[in-house]
Amino acid sequence: MLELIVISTLNGVLFGMLLFLMASGLTVIFSMLGVLNFAHASFYMLGAFFGFQVSRWFGFWPALLIAPLLAGALGAGVERFGLRRVHRNGHVAELLFTFGLAFVIEELVQIIWGKSPVDFRIPALLDFPAFTIFSTNYPAYKMFMLLVSIAIFVGLLLVLKKTRIGLIVQAALTHPHMVGHLGHNVGRIFMLVFGVGTALAAVAGVIAGPALVTQSNMAGLLGPILFVVVVVGGLGSLPGAFVASLLIGLVQTFAVSMNGSLSGAFGPLSPAYASSWLADIWGVTIAQVAPIVPYVLLVLILIFRPMGLLGTRDT
Amino acid sequence: MSELTASAAPPLPATAEKLKFYGLWVIAGLVLLLLPKIFSSGGSLTTFSLIGISIIFSLSYNILLGQTGMLSFGHAVYYGLGGFLVIHAINIIGANKLAIPLPIVPLIGGLAGLFFAVLLGWVSTQRSGTAFAMISLGVAELIASSALILRTFFGGEAGVSANRTKLLKLFGWNFGPQIQIYYLVAAWTLIAVIAMYALTRTPLGRMCNAVRDNPERVQFVGYNPHVVRYLAFCFSGFFAGVAGGLAAINFEIANSAYLGAEQSGTVLFATYIGGVGFFIGPIVGAIFVTLLSLGLSDLTQVWQLYFGLIFIAVVLFAPGGITGLLMMHRPLLRAGALARVLPSYLIALLPTLAMIAGLVLSIETTVHYTVNPGDDSHIKAFGVNFDAASPYIWAMAAILLIGGFLLARKTWGWVALAWDSASSAAREKGIAP
Repeated sequence: MLELIVISTLNGVLFGMLLFLMASGLTVIFSMLGVLNFAHASFYMLGAFFGFQVSRWFGFWPALLIAPLLAGALGAGVERFGLRRVHRNGHVAELLFTFGLAFVIEELVQIIWGKSPVDFRIPALLDFPAFTIFSTNYPAYKMFMLLVSIAIFVGLLLVLKKTRIGLIVQAALTHPHMVGHLGHNVGRIFMLVFGVGTALAAVAGVIAGPALVTQSNMAGLLGPILFVVVVVGGLGSLPGAFVASLLIGLVQTFAVSMNGSLSGAFGPLSPAYASSWLADIWGVTIAQVAPIVPYVLLVLILIFRPMGLLGTRDT
Repeated sequence: MSELTASAAPPLPATAEKLKFYGLWVIAGLVLLLLPKIFSSGGSLTTFSLIGISIIFSLSYNILLGQTGMLSFGHAVYYGLGGFLVIHAINIIGANKLAIPLPIVPLIGGLAGLFFAVLLGWVSTQRSGTAFAMISLGVAELIASSALILRTFFGGEAGVSANRTKLLKLFGWNFGPQIQIYYLVAAWTLIAVIAMYALTRTPLGRMCNAVRDNPERVQFVGYNPHVVRYLAFCFSGFFAGVAGGLAAINFEIANSAYLGAEQSGTVLFATYIGGVGFFIGPIVGAIFVTLLSLGLSDLTQVWQLYFGLIFIAVVLFAPGGITGLLMMHRPLLRAGALARVLPSYLIALLPTLAMIAGLVLSIETTVHYTVNPGDDSHIKAFGVNFDAASPYIWAMAAILLIGGFLLARKTWGWVALAWDSASSAAREKGIAP
């Protein structure tokens, strides 16, 4: 039991930090541009596939640098030539643009790399167990993932709190118009933020690619959970996104590792109901329910705290 | 008081306008009636049925997006649940020999859609804008994932099937042949379209528009925007359920794809490409997108990519959709200034088409190398044969794409100039564009 708790906590924090790598970019983009980037998870996927391709040519370590740069440049281009154009048609048009973009990116990835998973391997340097805990080997690569995401988190925090550009970004989180009035080149800041945000998502993609499955449906699988994170945390709140990322990471990891079901707890259902829909609910294990847990959490949050955990802004 | 109402209410329409209005519906009914007489092949009947279903679904979606300003990413939930309920209803009615004929079964789908919209709508519609979009996405994922867990009801991956011919016969129709299904879909389409049009004319329909445009003022007037959004959501769920029920009857099966993200995306594409600003927009969009998805899949392997590109192009360049583009020209037509812009259109069309041809050529060539690398390089796309390995084709694609883009950018500048002069001519004649 203790083993399960320790391992699940480690995995949950890891998943949560990965979510936060993406949710942070999404939140900052949303706060500044007012548009929820539907294609954010697509940039995560692009990061993974770019990482796969570059690591085949030059190895994993250059890929860790080059793939996010490529994805970030693409993101900046999307902002400059796409979103900025759509901006005058309102927020719905912006959201729809990113929705169409997500669709097109998925199709393109399918065309270029195919529908089946690609063989994106853990670099040999990190392919060993980091430590053994209660007879379970914990892979070093997962520790590496955790360290990278924590390092980026700390770096982001420092940039936001200690630098001039971070100050402007922070100001733009709450008073986007005032920042413009103060004479900052808002267009360039937007492009920069969009590029950095998508690059962060791509970093998450590169480091998650070898550990998870690098496949053309990975954006579709993760995207909705990402939006749950930002809504649960409170739209536009960075601390909220952090709390929600960890919460959902932990909840989902724990749910997956639990095998209990109602029939396990209260004994099997009487045979009279065996073929009714009640049997489905009675027999389903918590692990099977895990995929819907984030969405249940979303609905609960919306009922009891519509602003999100730490949100203050109403849309 | 009577003076006030007289000045506030629009004047009663003249007889000629009334005739024109009702005549339009009669003509629509006649067209639906006569369509199978002109195109009587089985394939076209299936296509018409699909279009009819898509029209109801898209119009129901536009109650949310166009009329109330709520962008939903999970509208297929109500469509799919309507479909599942209808399939189960057909099975139950058939097994128990209940006296319910097939034509009123889609109503069960509608009621199912309404029920779930009533249930899920209150939470969903608490906020509008981006938050609503995300919530609709979350709820849709919740239902779609649950569908895979509740296997006895949703039938797992295989879905649930039914036999529609086992029901009570009405006038000797057993609804086996596609032509009878076509007439069933056509009748429901006409009824649903009239009902949804009528909805836009009611005070509720007007309040929906007000909530879309300025929810704060709606509150000042004394309405609760949340309640208005909720009511619109319920109506929308009802008609989506009807569409889902018809789809289930048409295919005689309901599976989890009905509820999925792809279905929600398709209805969003259809509605937006058609145009959300006019009532007729989603109808145009449903026809266009259904024909496009059926036609493109024959012409090319990667039709979904083109579909996405068309959608992005509409969002970027024609936010009013197809109907929005056409309606833009109405004031020019009335002012007789249309002739000023048409030549510039013709000039701009040529490089634009060249650019599109270059894009298609490069996509198809890339597809040859990535999707089917081992195949013969002489490929056929959009009915044109070419050699994907030939450098001439690559050069041609590059020239068409880049040259077309550069020229098109210039020519569209001329279109803008011509447009300005034409619309100022229209303004001089007192017709506001």
